[in-house]
Amino acid sequence: MNEHPAQKAADSRPDESELHWLVRPSTIRRLWWIFGAVLALTVLAQLPVEVHDYFGVDGWFAFYALFGFLSCVAMVVFAKLLGYVLKRPDSYYDDK
Amino acid sequence: MMTSDLIFPPALIMILAAILLPLVRATFRPALMMGAPALTLLMIWGLDDGVLLSAAFMNFEIQLVEADAVRRLFATIFALMTVVGGLFAFRHARVVEMSAAMAYAAGAVGVSFAGDLITLFLFWEFMALFSTVVVWSGGTDEARRAGIRYGVMHLIGGIILKIGIVGVAVQTGSIEVQALSLDSFATWMILIGVLINAAAPPLSAWLSDAYPEASATGAVFLSAYTTKTAVLTLLLLFPGQTVLVWVGLYMIFYGIIYALMENDMRRILAYSIVNQVGFMVCGIGIGTELALNGVAAHAFAHIIYKALLLMSAGAVLAQTGKRKCTDLGGLYRTMPVTAVCGIIGALAISSFPYTSGFISKSMISQSAAYGEMGFVWFSLVAASAGVFLHAGIKFPWFVFFQKDSGMRPKDPSWNMQAAMIIFAALCVVIGVFPGTLYPFLPYEVDYVPYTAEHLVTQLQLLLFAGLAFFVMLPMMKRTETISLDFDFLWRRVGPAIWSRFIRVLTFVSDRLKGVVSQQGGRLVNTWMHYHGPEGPLARSWPTGSMLLWVTLILVVMLIGARLI
Repeated sequence: MNEHPAQKAADSRPDESELHWLVRPSTIRRLWWIFGAVLALTVLAQLPVEVHDYFGVDGWFAFYALFGFLSCVAMVVFAKLLGYVLKRPDSYYDDK
Repeated sequence: MMTSDLIFPPALIMILAAILLPLVRATFRPALMMGAPALTLLMIWGLDDGVLLSAAFMNFEIQLVEADAVRRLFATIFALMTVVGGLFAFRHARVVEMSAAMAYAAGAVGVSFAGDLITLFLFWEFMALFSTVVVWSGGTDEARRAGIRYGVMHLIGGIILKIGIVGVAVQTGSIEVQALSLDSFATWMILIGVLINAAAPPLSAWLSDAYPEASATGAVFLSAYTTKTAVLTLLLLFPGQTVLVWVGLYMIFYGIIYALMENDMRRILAYSIVNQVGFMVCGIGIGTELALNGVAAHAFAHIIYKALLLMSAGAVLAQTGKRKCTDLGGLYRTMPVTAVCGIIGALAISSFPYTSGFISKSMISQSAAYGEMGFVWFSLVAASAGVFLHAGIKFPWFVFFQKDSGMRPKDPSWNMQAAMIIFAALCVVIGVFPGTLYPFLPYEVDYVPYTAEHLVTQLQLLLFAGLAFFVMLPMMKRTETISLDFDFLWRRVGPAIWSRFIRVLTFVSDRLKGVVSQQGGRLVNTWMHYHGPEGPLARSWPTGSMLLWVTLILVVMLIGARLI
């Protein structure tokens, strides 16, 4: 997963210190670690908290994490597929 | 009956300001631009509940001003929006845009307090008119064309609304703004007319078509009034109509999917307006006290963070002249204030804890859970994650981070920064202290947003949505495209049918001409042959010889007469 935000910086790959600190590959690696830790924490934080369920599955452990992740993946894939049908060059309506 | 608690409706202050703006000297304009809505704000908060100003009109009593909690709340945010929008715009916008925006906002305040359908309709059309001028103030050729499409759409919506209002007036004899039941053609027409302004399907394309063509400042005003007056009107006329649940859900996912496909930063935000209004429409459909409170709170919070997002995008547009994600990126380096304010707006729209969206939107989804509407609830939760995806991360990521575009624009002028900071602060204050907003909602609030459960579940939902964004980033590579919508029908299919029709017509007329000139020619020739100047049946005599003959006949007659 590391390469996506990092690849832009890696394209040119000048000396690390010349880059803005936020886009240095080392910073981005560190940010991914922090992000991963935070993700783990939000899931673990559910342990001491009682989550009330209205429909059964929503009371499961880490339901919201899983549901949030999967529904977003589904929406991105759906938008991608729909894009093949609906996308047109942005000059589409200009030629009149 | 004449109620005379008030001498004039609150909207009048801003209407007068709109008239005065082009007339006064430029130095007075900022004061007028921010002072008039501020004065309106004071007046709004002085209003008691009930019908405060009415007059007789034909056989109806029209109620120019009727106040209650929810109307006051909407009018408040409309006026507040105009103050801060004015601060954002006054050094950049042309006079015509400021004046039109002021009149447009006055219309929104007017609708908020409209006690009857006739008053509502008048202010409704007032808004349509002046919002079109705001779109035109974009000044480009595309803005002119989009403005025409926008204006036509709202005129059609207005006609449909008018038909419904007349129908209701004739059938029931009452033009009161009150909850209507969907049992007649007329009430359906009212619903459809209002839904067009809410950007409901299938006529939602006008919003994402027109708003991004307005100026950097114009889009900020446009984002606030039209759709939210429609939300208020739906809330007053159609609370608890189940059809709105489904309309709302469609809008929610339409907004997300189209925003995911979009490249223009302000069009992304325009789609996300449809998405957010979808949450409100859905809440009105659910219709419980908790849901309607959620709708009112969400509309209030939404106007602030959406204007903030469009201010941030407007600032980027003003400083770089670029609007496509493919051209932008890396601007956090030199536009830190714009970036931070944009991120706060993005977090608020995503209902991140300790922002305004967290304490408002959750009421709507919670009401679906209480109502045991399983499908609706799961959809709303998935959509909440989707909001973080399409607006919460996508907008700031592609504009301020992503790649280094090489551009190093500065933060915008002080007034633009000040407007953004005020709204960003409001997003946080309302989020951290829900008590600042809850007492002003239409019903008593016993909802507690800050529980450990809500915090943990919301953070899980959003952060894992964020994870999905970065995991799926290769699939979201921006393309220089637009996405077809129902407006394809009137921007492409309609004109294509028309030009085909014209072509058929030309063809038929050419053929007819051929037939006429050929067959007709032959007819004329035959006729000419026998009756023409050279024709044996119609040789004409010269006029002279005719005179001669007349004279001869006369002489004969005279002689004859003398002889007899």
